Amino acid sequence: MRRSTLLSCLAFSLGISKLLFATPQVLNIGNGSEPKDLDPHTVTGVPESQIIQNLFEGLVSKDPQTLKPVGGVAESWKVSKDGRTYIFKIRKNAKWSNGDPVTSQDFIFSWKRLLDPQTASEYAYQGYYIRGGRDFNLGKVKDSSQLGLKAPSPETLEVVLENPTPYFLSLLYHHSLYPVHQTTVQKHQMRWTRPENIVSNGPFTLQKWEMNKVISLQKSPHHWDAPQVKLEGVNYYPIEKPETEEKLFQVKKLHVTGTVPTEKIAYWTKDNSGVFRRHPYLGTYFYWMNVTRPPINNKLVRKALALAIDREKLVKFVVKGGQAPAEFFTPPGIGDFHPKALLPKDGSRIAEAKKLLEQAGFPQGKGLPSIEILYNTSDAHKKIAEAIQQMWKENLGVQATLYNQEWKVFLDTQHSHNYMVSRAGWIADYNDPNTFLDMLTTGNGNNHAAWSNTSYDELIAKAAKEKSPQKRNQLFQKAEEILLEELPVLPLYIYTRIYLLSTDVQGWYENVEDVHPLKYVSLK
Amino acid sequence: MSLKYLLGRLAVMVPVFFLVVTLVFFMIRFAPGGPFSSEKSVSPAILKNLEAKYHMDEPLSRQYLHYLKDLLHGDLGPSFKHANRTVNEIIAEALPVSLELGLLSLTWALMIGICAGGLAALKPNTSWDYIPMSFAILGICLPTFVVGPVLVLVFGVWLQWLPVAGWESWQDRVLPSLTLGFAYAAYISRLTRGGLMEIRMQDFIRTARAKGLSESDILLKHSLRGGLLPVISYLGPALAGIITGALVTETIFNIPGLGRFFIESAVNRDYTVVMGTSLLYFTLIFVCNFLVDIFYALLDPRVKYV
Repeated sequence: MRRSTLLSCLAFSLGISKLLFATPQVLNIGNGSEPKDLDPHTVTGVPESQIIQNLFEGLVSKDPQTLKPVGGVAESWKVSKDGRTYIFKIRKNAKWSNGDPVTSQDFIFSWKRLLDPQTASEYAYQGYYIRGGRDFNLGKVKDSSQLGLKAPSPETLEVVLENPTPYFLSLLYHHSLYPVHQTTVQKHQMRWTRPENIVSNGPFTLQKWEMNKVISLQKSPHHWDAPQVKLEGVNYYPIEKPETEEKLFQVKKLHVTGTVPTEKIAYWTKDNSGVFRRHPYLGTYFYWMNVTRPPINNKLVRKALALAIDREKLVKFVVKGGQAPAEFFTPPGIGDFHPKALLPKDGSRIAEAKKLLEQAGFPQGKGLPSIEILYNTSDAHKKIAEAIQQMWKENLGVQATLYNQEWKVFLDTQHSHNYMVSRAGWIADYNDPNTFLDMLTTGNGNNHAAWSNTSYDELIAKAAKEKSPQKRNQLFQKAEEILLEELPVLPLYIYTRIYLLSTDVQGWYENVEDVHPLKYVSLK
Repeated sequence: MSLKYLLGRLAVMVPVFFLVVTLVFFMIRFAPGGPFSSEKSVSPAILKNLEAKYHMDEPLSRQYLHYLKDLLHGDLGPSFKHANRTVNEIIAEALPVSLELGLLSLTWALMIGICAGGLAALKPNTSWDYIPMSFAILGICLPTFVVGPVLVLVFGVWLQWLPVAGWESWQDRVLPSLTLGFAYAAYISRLTRGGLMEIRMQDFIRTARAKGLSESDILLKHSLRGGLLPVISYLGPALAGIITGALVTETIFNIPGLGRFFIESAVNRDYTVVMGTSLLYFTLIFVCNFLVDIFYALLDPRVKYV
């Protein structure tokens, strides 16, 4: 009796000490700017998507190591032979944070909402893969029952696509295709994402949202995979200043930062505590070449300008973040596609550039009007533009003028094609080359070069219908070749993700998509 | 000070307020770009729906009248960027933070400034004068984006006495309010010294001295009241400036105040937030100057408003 009392005392005190000394499983993340909203269908930014990915869950989730699709709300799926029909089996234990079951109807409601012109979603095109999606979104078809969506039972969702889309499963990880809770959205309208109203279906729920201060998530007890979730909570701090973030990391107030101050990269590279993280990312920094503007409308001039840039030097001495020089437009590794380098690296390129310029009728740059480079006001963009200005001058004798505009003015200028050369960047929406190459098709709203090429359009259209991954990649490679021959874009470098990660964080994997599902993450 | 004067001042405010409403309303709308211009292209159909959602498809004159009508009811409208919040809510959340930061900074500024200035005036042209006044010059010259990070580095990262950023505990308040208060303290010390030196030359101080009062009595009982007048007149714009101009400090210390909304909203063309914050700032500046005038009259018997 006595012994057992003693033992239980011991056990109790052990339990207490474990409680007292265990690391609280709360992850603190530096998350850039204040999120606009947390509505999966209307937001477009990275800070928003980081939070939404842990607050909601799509049909399919992603393995953070391999980036291959794994079961999310759907436990399994079948694809028809023609690759156009997907049948998803929804988990019986998939639940909303209020305990309601997640059903196929939820997805139908949500995808209709995404495509509904009234929702005015900027990401509506993510639903264009669904049969009838585009026409419904553009208001050409009013009847939403025409969409290729069917719910034979609450656990079965049937989706019919416009084309066999080999990357459709990868798309489902994008927040625009996440489900939202119908009654909550309809009841609270614009205010449904407030902490007091929101109902979500992910591994975490929204607990607190103080603007410009913190967004706190809490582990959801209703999530089907709750036993796998080790974190009790997550705090997202909107910190716009990289220096502030870095200092908070140094005093252990943050486990993960969003970025590293550019001038501190050299310092952190030398640090060997293992907190500095750097890996390639699916994004390209490039210049739009307005092909309607002389002298840029001359293909030879564009090519000469492209060849006269030393990209190796640019990333090493100007950008300085360990980025890779871009000898192609699509970042390598996207959907297993590795474009072949098309812009030569060796010394021959300058001689070639000079020759091209002469062919174009401007020997040593004589008679060539000044090339105007537009960029949005920022020191980093300015430095890059200045370096390019100098390379063109030294290598070709070509004069360039730089001018900058405030962000919204810049966007306006770009959309109205009122520029000659303009700075740009593009980050993949999904893990497939199409997210880059589709942008340059004729009439695409994001094709700011006003460029049009029938054989290019045909290749992209063909790739959309092609089921064999190898054949698709060949088509994309051909498209790349046309791009680098015609140069409506002037690729400069491939983005890198640079941030600080505490060594206490486990289950965090580096990947090109920079996705880190927090349900796998824990603290040491 | 007559009641008539006070009412007169308030009556002037009304037309000026509406002038500001009108100017800001049209200026921000004529700026290129809009709240919905984004990096990804938006199809014309979606843009039309977005505009309809915020009544931007109506003629500008009607939008203006619409805004005025809502404004009279105290409704500043929904934010364009922060989709699930109204401007009233944003201000209600951020203004108390800005006020707290501003008042704390001003307290520091007054404490340090008046002490240093008083000391300097008490012993002019000695090291008691030179040292604080050199610091004051330094304080005026050094911008907050230098002072802030240096304070953070020393007290936050190296010594780890105080938090480097955030707005939760009282410790979080120390560094930002010091940073922001520092520059104002510098001005105030110069003004205090100047004011006190001028008063020292006055006849009534000579009389006090002749009566055999000690220097500190003269300072505290006779000189300060008059000598602080320049400080008081500076306080109005300073308070308004400290509340509205804390953007840099707010960013360095990640404080959820209004300064960030003010700048962000202009950058984002978040029309309603631009309007709301501008009007709030206008009101603040007006109220602060108004209060200063009242204090001025109370402190200086020579000042009379008719």
